[in-house]
Amino acid sequence: MNVRWLALLPAIMIFAGVIPANRVEPIVLGMPFLFFYVVLCVLLTSVTVAVVYRFDPANKEKRVNNL
Amino acid sequence: MPISSVMIFATILIALILGILARIGKQMNLEQWTIAGRGFGAWFVFLLLAGEIYTTFTFLGASGWAYGTGGASAYILAYGAIAYLLSYFLLPPIWRYAKEHQLISQPDFFNKQFDSKWLGILVAIVGVVAIIPYLQLQMTGLGLIVSVASSGSISQSAAIAIAMMVLAVYVTASGVIGTAWTAVLKDIAILAVVLFIGIALPLHVGGFREMFTKINAENPGFLVIGGHGMGVPWFISTVGLTGLGFYMWPQAFAAIYTARHEKVLRRNAIFLPLYQLILLFVFFVGFAAIIIVPGLKNTNLALLAAVQKVYPGCVIGIIGGAGVLTAIVPGSMLLVASSTLVAENIYRPLVGDVSAERVEAVAKVMVWVIAALAFFFSLHSNAAIVLLLLTGYNFVTQFFPSVLLAVFARNYITKAGAFSGIIAGVALVVYFTMTTQSILWGLNTGFIALVVNMAVVYVISLATRSTNLKSPLGSGVQA
Repeated sequence: MNVRWLALLPAIMIFAGVIPANRVEPIVLGMPFLFFYVVLCVLLTSVTVAVVYRFDPANKEKRVNNL
Repeated sequence: MPISSVMIFATILIALILGILARIGKQMNLEQWTIAGRGFGAWFVFLLLAGEIYTTFTFLGASGWAYGTGGASAYILAYGAIAYLLSYFLLPPIWRYAKEHQLISQPDFFNKQFDSKWLGILVAIVGVVAIIPYLQLQMTGLGLIVSVASSGSISQSAAIAIAMMVLAVYVTASGVIGTAWTAVLKDIAILAVVLFIGIALPLHVGGFREMFTKINAENPGFLVIGGHGMGVPWFISTVGLTGLGFYMWPQAFAAIYTARHEKVLRRNAIFLPLYQLILLFVFFVGFAAIIIVPGLKNTNLALLAAVQKVYPGCVIGIIGGAGVLTAIVPGSMLLVASSTLVAENIYRPLVGDVSAERVEAVAKVMVWVIAALAFFFSLHSNAAIVLLLLTGYNFVTQFFPSVLLAVFARNYITKAGAFSGIIAGVALVVYFTMTTQSILWGLNTGFIALVVNMAVVYVISLATRSTNLKSPLGSGVQA
């Protein structure tokens, strides 16, 4: 199973998860919950892409250029 | 003249001087330069890139939107994440194709893919049309700063006229898309400013939790998605529209080509979402402004009005100065991009055999024409800055279906399909813009146009697909 499918997770969390997350309470880290939730999704996006990048066979190709 | 005005004009002057000096310098594409990490420390790179995403939209627009619409502004945080997720998969094959065919501009991609100079011209036209509201909002922001800093002694119209002149002169004089140093100055300034007021202003009104509790008590439902007809379906469709359209802007698309290697594009997708988080601080300013300066008619003023109320003139001077740079640097880039599009991708293909000097002359003239157009539109519009950008997005996102299919399913799309889809989508957007309908059936109308676009591409391609299938994209479509 290609690790790239993991990328769907943050997308689903943003598009679908926003429905239950659309609330003010509880206020977390000083922010209304909706905003906290979206911040969480953004962080999750970063982490997810990092994981995908790490395990993506496309990134293990023999390097043509020295990076 | 109040000290704030002096500082604002000084900033404009410095930017202009730097721009003129840059005539000798080379244009630097900061993102690729720094991600490749040529000797810059990691923290410095982070700082530079954090600032790069900042335009008037993020500075005045997002704070004004938070002030005016509350919870709906959360879309601005979310759409970058979607865009970067997508970019991991979409950008590398575009880069490969561009490298193989030595592409320079966004229309080149369509020209080569579909073997059609007219498609390229269409794409260039739509690209320029989209850039105009984006440019307009930079001018609006600059005009507001000049007007506020002069404590109203310069009228908004005059201020926007000044903004237009500054931008056009800056572009014509410097001849490059702003020096790297002006961009660096802007990045550092805006980061410092946003972090400062994003924390100081909420603390000024009693702290974060207190601020939000108070807003929620006085205006229940404001801090969540749902007000002004912008419900959850609107949120989802708008995040979809802008997330998919993020890299469809002509200048963003062309920037893909300049990556050192496709791996760089994938790696960027890891870190760029984090930069979006600085938007949070911009929102905090907007929310604090609800308490500090309630009842503003022009929500774009939220940040400036709040700062002016709380701090002495010199602070508004500094913050306004940062805001000026946030308008000039992206504004000049947009002016160059659009005038180049007209000269290189509309004029040149239409006229055929023409000298490079001629094309360059056309570009220079177009700088003033486009600047004047944007100026004209901004005179008669007090539109929220965010809405202006969304208008631009409505147009550029119409490229997405064609790009997506060209990259991943080249056999399924034909030249006629691409043409029809873009025209159908753009026609709908024009209709919705004329009738000022941004929401229909609870959804973002640009998104509706996008869906229709996709359907048209599919149906027309099906109908016109020849029995001789073209060979797949470039050297294999593994993204």
